[in-house]
Amino acid sequence: MKVVKTVEDAVTAARKILGMQLVTHQTGPQGQKVGRLLIEEALPIEKELYLGITLDRASGKNVFMASSEGGMEIEEVAHHSPEKILKEVIEPGIGLSAYQARKLAFGIGVPAASVNAAAKSMMALAKAYDEIDCSLAEINPFILLKDGRVMALDAKLNIDDNAMFRHPEFVDLRDLAEEDPLEVEASKFSLNYIKLDGNIACMVNGAGLAMGTMDIIKYAGGEPANFLDVGGGANEEQIKNALRILLSDSAVKAVFINIFGGILRCDVLATGVVNAARELGISVPIVIRMEGTNVAEGKKILAESGFNFAVADGMKDGAEQAVKAAQ
Amino acid sequence: MSVLVNKNTRLLVQGYTGAQGTFHATQSINYGTTVVGGVTPGKGGSVHLERPVFNTVADCVKETGANASVIFVPPPFAADSIMEAADAGVALIVCITEGIPVRDMIAVRQFLKGRNVRLIGPNCPGIITPNECRIGIMPGHIFKPGNVGVVSRSGTLTYEAVGQLSVLGIGQSTCIGIGGDPIIGTTHLDAIQLLNADPDTHAIIMVGEIGGNNEEIAAAWIKDNVTKPVIGFIAGQTAPEGRRMGHAGAIAEGGSGKASDKMAAMEAAGITVCASPAEIGQKVKERLGL
Repeated sequence: MKVVKTVEDAVTAARKILGMQLVTHQTGPQGQKVGRLLIEEALPIEKELYLGITLDRASGKNVFMASSEGGMEIEEVAHHSPEKILKEVIEPGIGLSAYQARKLAFGIGVPAASVNAAAKSMMALAKAYDEIDCSLAEINPFILLKDGRVMALDAKLNIDDNAMFRHPEFVDLRDLAEEDPLEVEASKFSLNYIKLDGNIACMVNGAGLAMGTMDIIKYAGGEPANFLDVGGGANEEQIKNALRILLSDSAVKAVFINIFGGILRCDVLATGVVNAARELGISVPIVIRMEGTNVAEGKKILAESGFNFAVADGMKDGAEQAVKAAQ
Repeated sequence: MSVLVNKNTRLLVQGYTGAQGTFHATQSINYGTTVVGGVTPGKGGSVHLERPVFNTVADCVKETGANASVIFVPPPFAADSIMEAADAGVALIVCITEGIPVRDMIAVRQFLKGRNVRLIGPNCPGIITPNECRIGIMPGHIFKPGNVGVVSRSGTLTYEAVGQLSVLGIGQSTCIGIGGDPIIGTTHLDAIQLLNADPDTHAIIMVGEIGGNNEEIAAAWIKDNVTKPVIGFIAGQTAPEGRRMGHAGAIAEGGSGKASDKMAAMEAAGITVCASPAEIGQKVKERLGL
């Protein structure tokens, strides 16, 4: 955050910030390019506070958090002085009650004359969180002005992806320029893909096995190029596109396909892979490990395809073959 | 030699006539599960897979004596289906549906309080007692009856662990896929308490994932209460940080959600923690002295 006194200074500061690689606790170490800027009126601030809401998995309820340590990264506060984060459980169907909001406001040092205004903002935030299906809402800083008014200066809202069907109004807000192009491409086919820095691409069904596959690639001495969960019920078209997306990453030196078929049948997988290989041509070694539903049919399709896929016996063998092939 | 489901389980299917419901009901029937009928609103009175279809869960329970339900209903309607099953008094509800909004599950969790029902899932592969009852989407042929209980947040990692056991000739008592969503009906702790109380379960496999602190809670209970061998694996040891929704969730729960912290808590509880998912079966064999 930069404070400036003149329009000229604002322009200079904006030039510096726009386009820079911003690294925070929430962007990850590689950071994210700044594409937009929020310009706020500078106000005489008495105090910077923090407000946030997220789900508490253990209780299955949302929790409102407030802290006197606003303006800084909340992760730091949680680490160094967790007692400075106050929490109130939001009762489903009731919302954040006025008494809870007052308790939080007094607790984080809001003076009596401003408590009702602060409480009103908190209750409004809790209501918005519920109505638009947030998974995270943060106002940081939430400020107390010298004249006693309160104001939200910055906000972050995460929306529950699973609830997007209820919120067509948010679809247009998605800024594809902020996202990795391969991840955007994958999302068009309902593929859960995250690009990473390694050179062994992996295609897996199920998030748990996908993470386990990344783990075993590292264990075997390699580096995964991505996380890709094709989902439980992937069809041939999705498998084909998944392989195309994996192969369009120029860092990829080998592909490891690890499928334990439940809903996803091995024959469907094999057909998708073979079709993709025919259409795209394959430039790197592909190691395939398949188990589960219709595995015999799947293996037969691979064997009769004419392609030289390496078929692995178990995920350890598959990971080791892929690591070797990538060297 | 099982928990929650066995030969006496009478299963109804919600979303019975849909593609997924039909496919997996057929698989369950072929596996030998007693499927008594299903529910698809508007198709009541018809017959599907040689079994009756009802408009409501209440009708189905009344006519068939169903005591378990499996839900294959699309995400916008799945929470409602769970509540319908609970209201009809179905004792065991297994929700396979992936993608239910968290807000809906917060409501479901409230609705289930005080009702004598157990929910498994959502976003889970189901539950199976080998050769007796298959509820959900698991590939039945990889399972083998025996004495190892399995609880897992991940469907495919459950299959992976079970596949390794079966190849080694080690059978399973009951395998429970608890699901990967933030709000689930049956947690690691719940499942482990059930398996621990089952005299025919001689060892327990616990498969977790990064995020939340359910594994730590279960580990603390295991430390004080479980003498059976427990073998664990946590997926996501190499997952990059910062790609999720910030760390506010972990703050609220008082845990980090990290694989390393979960593995440390499990090791401190005497659980054999596997570094690689490929060694789960072998570690079970060693702990059982086979």
